[in-house]
Amino acid sequence: MKKLLGALLGGAALFAVSGSAMAGEKCDVIHWWTSGGEAAAVAEFAKAFNAAGGEWIDTAIAGGGGDNARAVGIPRIMAGDPPCAMQFNYGKQFDELVSNGFLRNLDDAAKAGGWEAATPPITWGQIQRDGHVMAVPVNIHGSNWSWWSKAALEKAGATMPTNWDEVWVALDKLKAAGITPVAASGQAWQLDMMFQFMVLSIAGNDTFKAVYGDHSEEAVKSDAFKQAIAAFLKVKNYIDAGSANRNWNDASAMVINGTAGVQFMGDWAKGEFVSAGKTEGTDYYCKTTFSDKKGYIFGGDIFVFPVSKNADTTKAQDLLMNTMFSKETQVAFNLKKGSAPVRQDVDTSKVDPCGQEALKLIANPATQVAGADATNTPDAVNAMRDVLASQWTDPNATVDTFVEKFVPALMTDM
Amino acid sequence: MANKRRRNLAPVLAIAPFWVLILVAYLGTMLFTILMSFTNSKTLPKLEFVGLKQYQRLFTTDLWITASQNIWAFSILLILISLTVGFLLAVALDQKIRAEDTIRTIILYPYAMSFIVTGLIWQWLLNPQLGLQKAMHDLGWESFSFTWTQDPSMAIYSIIIGGVWQGSGLVMAIMLAGLRSIDQEIWKAAKIDGIPDWRVYISIVIPMMRPTIVTAVVLMSLGAVKAYDIVVALTGGGPGSSSFTPALFIMNFFFTRQNVGLGAAACTVVLVVVSVFFVPWFYYEYFREEKRGH
Repeated sequence: MKKLLGALLGGAALFAVSGSAMAGEKCDVIHWWTSGGEAAAVAEFAKAFNAAGGEWIDTAIAGGGGDNARAVGIPRIMAGDPPCAMQFNYGKQFDELVSNGFLRNLDDAAKAGGWEAATPPITWGQIQRDGHVMAVPVNIHGSNWSWWSKAALEKAGATMPTNWDEVWVALDKLKAAGITPVAASGQAWQLDMMFQFMVLSIAGNDTFKAVYGDHSEEAVKSDAFKQAIAAFLKVKNYIDAGSANRNWNDASAMVINGTAGVQFMGDWAKGEFVSAGKTEGTDYYCKTTFSDKKGYIFGGDIFVFPVSKNADTTKAQDLLMNTMFSKETQVAFNLKKGSAPVRQDVDTSKVDPCGQEALKLIANPATQVAGADATNTPDAVNAMRDVLASQWTDPNATVDTFVEKFVPALMTDM
Repeated sequence: MANKRRRNLAPVLAIAPFWVLILVAYLGTMLFTILMSFTNSKTLPKLEFVGLKQYQRLFTTDLWITASQNIWAFSILLILISLTVGFLLAVALDQKIRAEDTIRTIILYPYAMSFIVTGLIWQWLLNPQLGLQKAMHDLGWESFSFTWTQDPSMAIYSIIIGGVWQGSGLVMAIMLAGLRSIDQEIWKAAKIDGIPDWRVYISIVIPMMRPTIVTAVVLMSLGAVKAYDIVVALTGGGPGSSSFTPALFIMNFFFTRQNVGLGAAACTVVLVVVSVFFVPWFYYEYFREEKRGH
């Protein structure tokens, strides 16, 4: 156990001496985009940056929704050997890097590039800390999506559901046909994606915001929220035996191959469908909600630029942030990534039907919802995920035991 | 006396850099971690003291309770099973069999693999839809069921399978060396007295191999306490959080949850437990002989 902080301190001393010896407009970028669709998307960044005269040095660190990348990147920043750029998600993951002055203030670039006018308010808010722009946003991910296999539905004699009653009917039919109805994973963050989908779609925007944004205990105990919990627990009847530690892209592959009916996952899953050569409507369906309660849970990726003593690195950072935010790169990157461009002033004619629906929801203030990890610390988000995971695996879990455990987890930050 | 001191100066100087390293890198960071456990540090270490608050939260966190229960079951079973399997393998190899070198290499081979690889191999083997269960079903044994990795109450034991597979080769090598160091005269004497082989092993050989066994136990227990990568690769701590271990918990709180204070508190608890249980025993086992000698 001691090794860990030992490595931190030892690393600090070591890196302080060696420093970063970068030449030219090289930029090493830490990110965690390693699945097929993600890698194709990040290659667009690299291509554009290299074409603009930079040299992209790829530091891709797989796994855990970025856990591993952050475990490498944050100590490097603390130790004085920061990467040129580093990926984060919307949310509070990089708050303390900002408050300790590790990151570059991007106010000038944001002003020059017209970032405020181009981005929707939630995104604009997410990249600011104390009124200063501290990160460049690169995309908007919606986490409340479901991906349905057309082949599986047809084989089971089911139709694409349009409301929750039909969802359960379709799942029953899939089960009866011997197809795994839901391509689920026991990994806590994936359960969280599914749960938030249900909260938004069943309990609605207001309850969602009251729970995750305002930490209202009353909202957790409301009937609407309890219905979402019941739906979440009900899905347990529709999973297969191999779901415990399944990676999200393996679950996507099950839907792509038609061996499972549906996956509840954010729109990064679309990248997997795209890279497998599938098209919406003919191979798969996408859907954000199964009720009249429409909403779009905003998430997304941003890049921060740690303060560097090396002038060349600073120059490379300037080039990279403008490249990432440029209209052409935004379109090329997001088509592959499955997410929506962070700029609302780009040509969206090439965007597929799922993406068009996303753009509509993103543009409408009434359907903009900040996801749980945008309004809670990683500590609190994961405490809630512990509850989801333990209730998911506990055969005796009920709506009441769920609520009882969920309330203290939600209050972790309080 | 003065003469003796001068004679000792050279080795002391030679070893000084190591002392610096030990004091700074080991003891220093240990103290730093303990200090952090009393602070409110989140993403980055900071000196904002909150007393025992982190410990209070730690001991009321379900995840930690699961992790600390798991590590006992995991360590004890891993050590016992590895010792037994390793010893039996060593005894089998010690019967002057043919191709001993080849078999020894094969059995020791898993130890050359990292825990990540071990974990992944066993994740696939134990996955009901890919591995053992599917193979049995395909062979026609439809009722065969082996779903430990998917079952919250059994997942930690599936990690033991991987651990034993990886570690028993090493135990075998150590045990084999121990067996070979037993004086052949003892075997001859036992033969003359007509004592059966199994009795010789249990009553004479095993007691004589005590230092060897202690070495194996120490090595295995060190590996067990810091079990992290094999858990990540095999079950990821799941299903749910049923197979979390303290090491996984600590890494998770340091990095994923960005709560250095709580992670440091967990580190400190592990340190205290290891100190209370293991250090006196190590000391007894390793330094006892020396003291008696002088």
